[in-house]
Amino acid sequence: MQPAAFASDGQAVLLTLRLAGVVTLALLGIGTPLALWLAFGRSRLRVVVEAIVALPLVLPPTVLGFYLLVLLGPRGPVGGCWEALGGERLVFSFTGLVIGSVVYSLPFVVQPLANGFRSIDRRVLEAAATLGARRFDRFLTVILPLSRNGLLTAVTLGFAHTVGEFGVVLMLGGNIPGRTQVLSIAVYDHVEAIEYGQAHVLSAGMLAFSFTVLLGVYLTTRRFDVVGP
Amino acid sequence: MSTLEIAIRGRRGSFELAVEFEAPLTGVTAIFGRSGSGKTTLLRALAGLERMRGRVVVGGRVWQDAGRFLPPEERLVGYVFQEAALLPHLSVRGNLAYARKRAKSQRVSPPQVVDWLGLHDLLDRMPSQLSGGERQRAALARALVRSPELLLMDEPLASLDLSARDAILGHLERLHDELAVPVLYVTHATDEVARLADRVAWIDQGRVRSVAAPEVLFAELEMGAALGDDAAAFVPARVLRHDDTYHLSELETAWGVLFVPRLTAVVGAPARIRIRARDVSIALGREHKTSILNVFAARVGELLPVSAAEVLVRLCCPAAPEQAVLARVTKKSADAMGLGDGLEVYACVKGVSVR
Repeated sequence: MQPAAFASDGQAVLLTLRLAGVVTLALLGIGTPLALWLAFGRSRLRVVVEAIVALPLVLPPTVLGFYLLVLLGPRGPVGGCWEALGGERLVFSFTGLVIGSVVYSLPFVVQPLANGFRSIDRRVLEAAATLGARRFDRFLTVILPLSRNGLLTAVTLGFAHTVGEFGVVLMLGGNIPGRTQVLSIAVYDHVEAIEYGQAHVLSAGMLAFSFTVLLGVYLTTRRFDVVGP
Repeated sequence: MSTLEIAIRGRRGSFELAVEFEAPLTGVTAIFGRSGSGKTTLLRALAGLERMRGRVVVGGRVWQDAGRFLPPEERLVGYVFQEAALLPHLSVRGNLAYARKRAKSQRVSPPQVVDWLGLHDLLDRMPSQLSGGERQRAALARALVRSPELLLMDEPLASLDLSARDAILGHLERLHDELAVPVLYVTHATDEVARLADRVAWIDQGRVRSVAAPEVLFAELEMGAALGDDAAAFVPARVLRHDDTYHLSELETAWGVLFVPRLTAVVGAPARIRIRARDVSIALGREHKTSILNVFAARVGELLPVSAAEVLVRLCCPAAPEQAVLARVTKKSADAMGLGDGLEVYACVKGVSVR
C-alpha cells in the first residue's frame, strides 16, 4: 500500500461525509414541508406524490441514475437550462451528486417524517390553535416536539443511506478522486484492483459506522418506523 | 348588552347545518340536542375549526362574515374538547403557560384559576398521569387562562364517571360568579342543563328549533315528546325553611310551597327543581287522603299523544301562566277524565329532584 492510496481513501471518506451532511440538510429542507403537506394536506394529488417519492425504494439505482444523467446532462432539460444560465456542469460534479442523492434518499426522510406528523392527534393541534398558536408556532411547539422520533429517524436514515449509496453516484458522478469518488466506489475500485487489505479497512469502517448509527436510533426511539413503500 | 350573533350554514357529507340565533353574551347558553344533531359541528364552526359560510359576531367583534374569516388562533375562544386534548409533551403547568403566553389579555390569572379548580398538586404532572376528571379540569383551566371572550365547551363531562362529573359540575356552577366568562355549553344531558344553563338553544337535525329559558323550553310538549322517558320540566324555586322534624325542606314556587328531602342550601337560596313527566299524575279533585305531599292546582293546556297508549299533558300554573310542567298519563285516563284545554285539575307530584 502506498501513502498516495491512503490519501485517496481519506479523500473519499471526507467527500462521503461532506456529501451526506449536505444532502441531509437539503433533505430536511425539502422533506419537511413535503411531509407536512402529505400528512395534513387535503389535496387528492397526495397519493400520486407519495408514490413518486417512494419510487427510489423500488427502482434499481442504475435506472434512477440513468434518468438523472439524461435530465442533468448538458443536453438534458435541467442540465441544459442550468448551463445556459451560466451554471457549471452538473454531471460528474459534487453538485450533481447532491441532487442525485437527494432524489435517491428522499423517501427515507419523507416517510418517517410524514408518519411522525400523522401520528399526532389532530385535536391537540386544534387545541393549540384555539389557544392562539399560529401555524408556524404550532409547527415549532407542537408538531416538532411530538414527532421527535420521526425526525431522528429521518435524519439518521437520510445520512446513512447517502453514505451507503453506490449506483446513482456511479452513473451520475463517475469516479473522479477528490471530486466525485465516494467511499463505496473506492471499495469497489480496491476490489477490482485486488487490494483486499484496503477494501477491508474501508468496508469494516462502513460496517461499524452503519451498525452504530442504527443501534443509536433503536436505543433512542425504542421503536422503529418500518420504511417501505 | 353585548350579544352573540350566529348565522352559520354548511354541509358535511349528507349532513346540513343551518343555524341562526342570537343570545345575550352572559351566563351559560346550553346547546342542547341529541347526538348527531350538529351541536359539535356548530361549536367547531364558531371556533373557526370548521370552515362554514355565515356570520359570527361576538360582542360587536366580527369573527366571520362575507369576505372575512378569522382563523381559530385569532378568535378569542376558550375551547374545551370532549377529551381534554392537553398538549401531551407538556406538564399541566406547561399547558397553562402555553395558553398564558399567547393570551391577549391577562384578565384571568393562572394562580386564580389553579386555586379555583384545585390544581396545585397536579401542576407538575404530565397529561398521561392524570385521571379523566383531572385532565378535564386542567383543560378547563387552560381554556380560561386564555382570557377568552367566549368559552366553548363540547360535552366536557360525557366521558367522565359520576363523581368526577359531579365535582366539575360544581366548579362550573360557580364559573359565572367567579370569572364572568360567557359560556356556550354543548350537551345532551338534561341534568347538566338544569344545573348550568341560563338559556337553551335546542338543535335538531342541524337547525335551531327554539331558544328559550330552560323553564320554558322543557315545559314545551315537543321537547317533552323528543325527550321521551327523560321528559322533565324545570321550576324555579327559593328555599323557604327547613323542617328538621321530618327532615324536609320547603321551597317557595309559583305553584305554592313544595316539599323536598332536606337540602343543605341556606334559607333564601335559589334552586331549580326538575319534575319528570312520569312523576306527575293528574286528579280532578283535591284528594286529602294521599301520601303525596306535593299537590298543586293547575290548568290543562294542550295534549300531545306520545305513544299508542300515552299522552303528554301540559299543565299550566294558575298564578303564573308562563310556567308549566308536563304530565305523562294514559290515553284511557285522559279520556275518562275528559282532559282538555282549560280544565281545572290538580297536579300530583310524586318525586322531584333539586339541582
